[in-house]
Amino acid sequence: MKSLAVRRHDRRAPIVLLALALVATGGLYAVLAAPSRADAAPLPGQADTTTGQKLFEANCATCHGMGAVGTAIAPSLVGVGAAAVDFQVGTGRMPMTVSGPQAQAKPVQFTQTQISQLAAYVASLGPGPQIPTADMVDPSKGDPATGMAVFRTNCAMCHNAVGAGGSLTEGKFAPNLWHTTPTHIYEAMLTGPQSMPVFNDANITPQEKRDVIAFIKQQGGTQPGGLDLGALGPVSEGLWAWVVGLGLLIGAAVWIGAKSS
Amino acid sequence: MSTTNPTAPTGKAAAATADWLDQRTGVGVAVKGLARKLFPEHWSFMLGEIALYSFITLLISGTFLTMFFVPSADEVTYTGPWTALQGTTMSAAFASTLKLSFEVRGGLLMRQVHHWAALIFLAAIVTHMMRVFFTGAFRKPREINWVIGFVLLTLGLAAGFSGYSLPDDVLSGNGLRITDGLIRGIPIIGTYLSYFVFGGQFPGTAIIPRLFTVHVLLVPGLILALVGLHLALVFLQKHTQFPGSGRTNGNVVGYPLFPVYTAKAGGFFFVVFGVIALMAATMQINPVWNYGPYDPAPVSAGAQPDWYMLFLEGALRLMPGQAEVVFGSYTVPFNVLIPGLVVPLLLLGPLAVYPFVEAYATGDKREHHLLDRPRNAPFRTAYGMSILAEFFVLVLAGSNDLIATHFHLSLNDITWTLRFAFFIVPGIVFVLTRRVCLALQRKDREVVLHGHESGRIVRFASGEYVEVHTPLDEHERWIRVQHEPVRPIRIAPAEDSRGVRRPHYRSDVRRQRLSRLFFETRVEPVTPAEYAAAQEHRAIATGPGDAGHEQIVAGTGDHASRS
Repeated sequence: MKSLAVRRHDRRAPIVLLALALVATGGLYAVLAAPSRADAAPLPGQADTTTGQKLFEANCATCHGMGAVGTAIAPSLVGVGAAAVDFQVGTGRMPMTVSGPQAQAKPVQFTQTQISQLAAYVASLGPGPQIPTADMVDPSKGDPATGMAVFRTNCAMCHNAVGAGGSLTEGKFAPNLWHTTPTHIYEAMLTGPQSMPVFNDANITPQEKRDVIAFIKQQGGTQPGGLDLGALGPVSEGLWAWVVGLGLLIGAAVWIGAKSS
Repeated sequence: MSTTNPTAPTGKAAAATADWLDQRTGVGVAVKGLARKLFPEHWSFMLGEIALYSFITLLISGTFLTMFFVPSADEVTYTGPWTALQGTTMSAAFASTLKLSFEVRGGLLMRQVHHWAALIFLAAIVTHMMRVFFTGAFRKPREINWVIGFVLLTLGLAAGFSGYSLPDDVLSGNGLRITDGLIRGIPIIGTYLSYFVFGGQFPGTAIIPRLFTVHVLLVPGLILALVGLHLALVFLQKHTQFPGSGRTNGNVVGYPLFPVYTAKAGGFFFVVFGVIALMAATMQINPVWNYGPYDPAPVSAGAQPDWYMLFLEGALRLMPGQAEVVFGSYTVPFNVLIPGLVVPLLLLGPLAVYPFVEAYATGDKREHHLLDRPRNAPFRTAYGMSILAEFFVLVLAGSNDLIATHFHLSLNDITWTLRFAFFIVPGIVFVLTRRVCLALQRKDREVVLHGHESGRIVRFASGEYVEVHTPLDEHERWIRVQHEPVRPIRIAPAEDSRGVRRPHYRSDVRRQRLSRLFFETRVEPVTPAEYAAAQEHRAIATGPGDAGHEQIVAGTGDHASRS
């Protein structure tokens, strides 16, 4: 007993134990990871979902919880559908870097393949809106006149008359839409990200959604009448009238007044 | 050498024409008087000209627009070239505005010229008013002209507002809806008044033709008549001038109307027109095709009026909604009445009567043709600045959504900050401006008495160091000492020597109180005695034979007796 107790207190014992633990962990990992590497390419959908789940657990589960059931700080994603994931991750809003009034668009963190894998995983959790096809969001197939009418009654109060963006309460805002892709515009209407309400297909029909996209895609380019000054309305016009207009005229008055004396 | 002098025949022809005209109309007398009329020279005297010339630009471009604009609320279906509105039902007024913009040659340019000119017209009026206010140009005998100018400002606002609503787009319709709300907010008669203005339920079909008449006939006619009166009074009363050597209350130092000011003013018209045309050609304004035809349902983000109405919008945005009071079955919306009627009256009303208030406070009945330097009227300058600061707070409040998006701030925080700022900022600005004015006056005294600091240090044989001050030349000095100190008025005692109570004593006390508010805190200009004492001191300090001393003595003479 005594000799055993003496050896237990050998100062090399912790190092030996650590080495044993590392070997055990590495061995276990090799044993468990090997099978998944072995059947790397089964059915595509199944693989997407599986990879998506891994991506989710590594990048999203901290806030949304394992299995996307939600936590105190982030909502459950069961039933939000592939469209919501494609919008949130595809515009860089998710994963969020900081909490704030709302998720900000920023450089996209994942490749398109990874985004569709994530979307496939979240879609597998419960039925929800699907990512629209290219045909559904094709601006050339929409009617901008109907789109403008729909936009004016449903969107302009937050996004401004031509989609230049506007302010909401407590630091939230409706972003500018001029550089948003047609697919993301469609998905936003369908899923209602952040403070935006959901415009389902009964509310704004798929055809009308395409019309709205056609209208938005006409905005923000070259406008009749010169520089659009941000398309922000009379406030920016007034600022320019004072700064440029009156600025130049007072400059001219000083010049004319100074000439003789 | 053949001597073909080109001017001789032309000159002869011109003389003959002038003579022909003079013999029939006697215009020569008028021309002689006009051509020799003198005007003083300063760039700030041209601010009113900017307003006048932008008004002429408005008349020219507006006439063009009336050729194509259809002031009617009749429903039509749009079939023009703008695809985003094809097939949309709209009023004839909106359709004709689209036609002006996209189909009439030069139409869009003219629309933009008209709108930019309107913004500049009002901006120039405000700037001109600031110049007149801060230099005290409204003092006797020009009080009436100040009031005329104030009426012109309100007419300018009316012209702007009525024109802004004519295209019948969503944005201007929102503005009309707010106006309708203001009218309805008036207790008892509000609803009737709204029906009276709109010819029935809002929006109805009567308002567009009515606004058109107001915009193209009534308001411009009044503006034109009052501008004539305004200029005639400037002519009769002569233009004020800034103080300076050789300029007195009884003369005008400047250049004759012909040829100097005909050339300058004529040229300046083209500069003003040119700047407006440049803006209109390069910068889009009021793109009604973006807003769409008016429909009471939609309101877009960033729905704001033109800048000159923005202070009202700001007041509405700042006002808490809880101020709506219900008496029995009657609702009195103080949340609309206070920002819509009380705030503008409190801000603009005192400005309209300010010349009379100041004259009452000074008790001064003399004519004033020499302008004040703003620092020499600290109360007036501080009051004017505080009113401007209040307007600025309200304009920021009217743009709170754009501030929120552009500076990533919370809309609610901005609103709350500005609610406090509305009450605090004018006071702070008043105190600060008055202190700056007084400090500048003290600096003037300092410079007059001791001269400018030269940075040159001299050591005397005794070991003493002094900095050499460069004395002012007599022109510089005159500007700093010429003004009269305005002191609070003194009133006779309540009872005369025999103990009889004097009538009007109490109103005199009130007047004195106001006068003290205006003039109690003041810095008086250097008196000749003070100046002489300073010279004496200087002469002793620097000793005889110093070059600076000689210069000062040379400069005293004529000014000593004036102030």
